[in-house]
Amino acid sequence: MKLAFCLAILTALTGAAHSTGIPQAERRSGYSFMTPDTRAMQDEDTANPGMLWVLDGEALWKRKAGTADKACADCHNDARVSMKGVAAHYPAFEQALGRPVDLEQRINLCRTNHQRAAPLAYESRELLALTAYVAEQSRGMPIETDKDPELSPFIDKGQRLFTQRQGQLNLGCANCHDDNWDKKLAGSPITQGQPTGYPLYRLEWQSLGSLQRRLRACITGIRAQAYDYGSPELVELELYLMTRAHGLKIETPAVRP
Amino acid sequence: MAKSAWIALFGALLSLPCPAGAQGLLPYTVAGDAIPEPLTGTRGDAARGRALVVDRSSTCILCHSGPFPEQAFQGDVAPKLSGSGRRWSVGQLRLRLVDASRLNATTIMPSYYRVDGLTRVGTSWRGKPILSAEQIEDIVAYLATLRD
Ligand code: HEC
Ligand code: HEC
Repeated sequence: MKLAFCLAILTALTGAAHSTGIPQAERRSGYSFMTPDTRAMQDEDTANPGMLWVLDGEALWKRKAGTADKACADCHNDARVSMKGVAAHYPAFEQALGRPVDLEQRINLCRTNHQRAAPLAYESRELLALTAYVAEQSRGMPIETDKDPELSPFIDKGQRLFTQRQGQLNLGCANCHDDNWDKKLAGSPITQGQPTGYPLYRLEWQSLGSLQRRLRACITGIRAQAYDYGSPELVELELYLMTRAHGLKIETPAVRP
Repeated sequence: MAKSAWIALFGALLSLPCPAGAQGLLPYTVAGDAIPEPLTGTRGDAARGRALVVDRSSTCILCHSGPFPEQAFQGDVAPKLSGSGRRWSVGQLRLRLVDASRLNATTIMPSYYRVDGLTRVGTSWRGKPILSAEQIEDIVAYLATLRD
């Protein structure tokens, strides 16, 4: 009886812990830390290099692929309707796997299961293009983690990964993105690490890149062992970041320095 | 005197080829909030120390700023290094570099001469301190010159 009570309290506490981090009113996208030049590049579709990937993605959406000889559009029709708001709720729980999948993994599940085509590699031009095209359909929509209660333990794991100190520099994500986001690291702003714009065009990369690419860069930055692309840990981090970004608007394809 | 000679000797022994698993860090003695004796048995070189502090790979000016007018990119996550040599003795500076977490368990300043108690260190850095004992001594010698 006592134990059950304690467990109930514990679950209530861990449930509440999801919303920690930065208070809603202070949440700011990386966009708000950028120079006016870089913001203008994001705002102007004709100047935003990410739009090239979005256009590629639109073409791929309609192209038949795999032994099923089906295009995404054959099942989902007009992405502007069917994909609206989808990216604002990802990662989502996948019953068949018993764990959350991110947008890239969802696209690859459609490829293998429905198109009967080989999965696309993370950071390949095609996967970035399709992901950018799907996510762009949620531009301007507020991020809201899916309500599926099955996600809860994975959000907790993501939060633990976010606060865990790691690497030779022994830092956690929270040390920079919760505690020092109004400061500068080697002259550049440390932002809140909000996942609002992915996949996004990073001037430093001279390319579009996924959220997982960014996370791996931060992990290597603290001289820790980066998790592999598609690993459960990276998806859990993505999921926690989306929960932590609740209410911020999707900006895909964003531009960052 | 006798102690630093002992440390130097012990250090020399440790730097001989070690059996697998040995960490190769020189031993040091903490007294209060300081490590009074140089890790290497000799004082460092302040000019080399300055070059190390402003080098990106040492990571100091990611977080700190200081009297480095030629450096366009400095951090403001941590206190200014200017005046460090006035605020702290050489021994206090040494412990702050070797293992700042001994003084403040929640500090974000990395421990530059420590290999234990770390999680998931990347393969290229595993088992190695961020800086060598010689580099720590050079940086300590430089910080001691920052009087204002
Ligand atoms: C030592 C400081 C530091 C640590 C620790 C750190 N980051 Fe970052 N992070 C940065 C900086 C600097 C940037 C680049 C500026 C920016 O775009 O936010 C960044 C960027 C990001 C972004 C991109 C934000 C955007 O607007 O596109 C995300 C997401 C992020 N970090 C998440 C993480 C996660 C998750 C961890 C831990 C695994 C982590 N960071 C660890 C400093 C850090
Ligand atoms: C990730 C951030 C970070 C890095 C990298 C870093 N420091 Fe620090 N340092 C701090 C913080 C924060 C403090 C404040 C004391 C505390 O947190 O315990 C500090 C304190 C100090 C102090 C005492 C300052 C004073 O007068 O109060 C010295 C000296 C110092 N650091 C030198 C260095 C040197 C030299 C390096 C590089 C070899 C370095 N730090 C790297 C964050 C950092």
